[in-house]
Amino acid sequence: MISQLNTIDEKLDVWALRQQFPVLAREVKGHPLVYLDNAATSQKPQLVIDALVDYYSNFNANIHRGIHTLAEEATQAFEATRDAVKQYIGAGHREEIVFTRGTTESVNLVAYTWGRQNLKEGDEVIISTMEHHSNIVPWQIICEERKARLKVIPITDEGELVLEEYKKLLSSKTKLVSIVHASNSLGTINPVKTIIEWAHAAGALVMIDGAQSSVHLDINVQDLDCDFFALSSHKMYGPTGVGVLYGKKKWLESMPPFQGGGEMIKEVYFDKTTYNDLPYKYEAGTPNIADTVAFKSAIDFVNRWGKARIRKHEEDLLKYATESLTEIKGLKIIGQARNKVSVVSFFVEGTHPQDIGILLDNRGIAVRTGHHCTQPLMDRLCLPGTVRASFAAYNTREEIDALVAGLGKAIKMLS
Amino acid sequence: MEAIKSISEAEQEIIDEFSLFDTWDEKYEYIIDLGKKLPVLDEKYKRDENKVRGCQSTVYLVADYRDGRIFFKADSDAVIVKGLISMLIRVLSGHTPDEISETKLDFIREIGMMSHLAQTRSNGLLSMIKQMKNYALAYKIKSQQ
Repeated sequence: MISQLNTIDEKLDVWALRQQFPVLAREVKGHPLVYLDNAATSQKPQLVIDALVDYYSNFNANIHRGIHTLAEEATQAFEATRDAVKQYIGAGHREEIVFTRGTTESVNLVAYTWGRQNLKEGDEVIISTMEHHSNIVPWQIICEERKARLKVIPITDEGELVLEEYKKLLSSKTKLVSIVHASNSLGTINPVKTIIEWAHAAGALVMIDGAQSSVHLDINVQDLDCDFFALSSHKMYGPTGVGVLYGKKKWLESMPPFQGGGEMIKEVYFDKTTYNDLPYKYEAGTPNIADTVAFKSAIDFVNRWGKARIRKHEEDLLKYATESLTEIKGLKIIGQARNKVSVVSFFVEGTHPQDIGILLDNRGIAVRTGHHCTQPLMDRLCLPGTVRASFAAYNTREEIDALVAGLGKAIKMLS
Repeated sequence: MEAIKSISEAEQEIIDEFSLFDTWDEKYEYIIDLGKKLPVLDEKYKRDENKVRGCQSTVYLVADYRDGRIFFKADSDAVIVKGLISMLIRVLSGHTPDEISETKLDFIREIGMMSHLAQTRSNGLLSMIKQMKNYALAYKIKSQQ
């Protein structure tokens, strides 16, 4: 049923889809809300909100251990999300899906378990210039601890990885490559399949930061052949506080646990503890049950409306926004990669991104300004930051018109 | 010494000025205008130790302690922030550490700026106020030694 909808070459009914998001009906500072900060977090459809309320109203219980009906129902709902995620990212086994608090925790999990176990003095970890801080700092910490070295793939002025340089960085010392699938600051979609192939040929593992890509692009971790993949529910119309770490079974089995506690153990004695099977070995303590349960509704939402159709709509918005913004005098699009998700970063000559952001907010338009948690990237581009508009399934061409009009007014006020 | 308005007098002046504006566009136009008019800070002060942390834009704040009073100078690369600084300087500069420490800066709420700008840390308004109050505290301790 799900894939069937995806094949229908029918235009997305964006106005019907918008109706599903209650927050989009509100006003901000006397104007209709124009929410263009989707790369930070997306809004939530009614069925996700309903799922949260339904869980707390009807079957709240702690999972996996309870003998009673509510515990059984809660466990089933929680595990149903695991199956939905497995299908969504094309994993081979449900036990390869580990629930975390978000992409950041997923990266940290790999750094503190796999990294601590496998990195030795002189080993190298490769990241890129366009990484989010959450895919930089955990590796810095673990590299320092293990006396390993962090290597960085440079980018072009257009915001694409310099693959020849990546090739040169790869060697027998490379143990892991951790790369963002789609850049939150620039929108660039990286050629992860090639990156993974080359890394594997050099004997290194690959972790993909899918925080931005998983809502926009078709993900198949088996086809990609990545060793780890991380995503966040809240960027996919789901609740905050839930993320996923996908890991190949063979790695998850051999890695040590991340945190100790309940759920993750098999037997505990004071002289020895045996750990639970996958994925529970990595899910210590009571997890975020309600949000995880509701996350399934977000996945269902995307599947129901059709990822391919949504993608097409978002590509149209990206094209329209790029064309419209380019016409503004003094405005420069930052990040001109050939393949982009629906993110447009820009800088207006003679203005500060923060001023633009404040004045747009005054017209109800929510954009992100600043370094977008990619300070090294901003240093590379010699910018104090950018203004970023990022689009989701519910955004419209009319909202881009509002952005362009708001920008025109803001620039006039500032000059 | 020049006659200096009390903090509450300076606050009231700003409140009165803002009461003339009907829309936020007008308020922002005024703030931007204040920002543009703020004297440029000498390059020699644009050092790391004068940077105000917690702002999305770069903000420099310098305090000069003379005759028991603190005189502030500041600059930023973002013009709205400069406008806000300009108002804070107008209200606080030239007052004693005690006066600066004690004021609650009610005018920020009165002109509606609290709901518009102070709710997130990214715009730096609260960081600037905190830094100015820190200077007041530091000079107060120093003067007691």
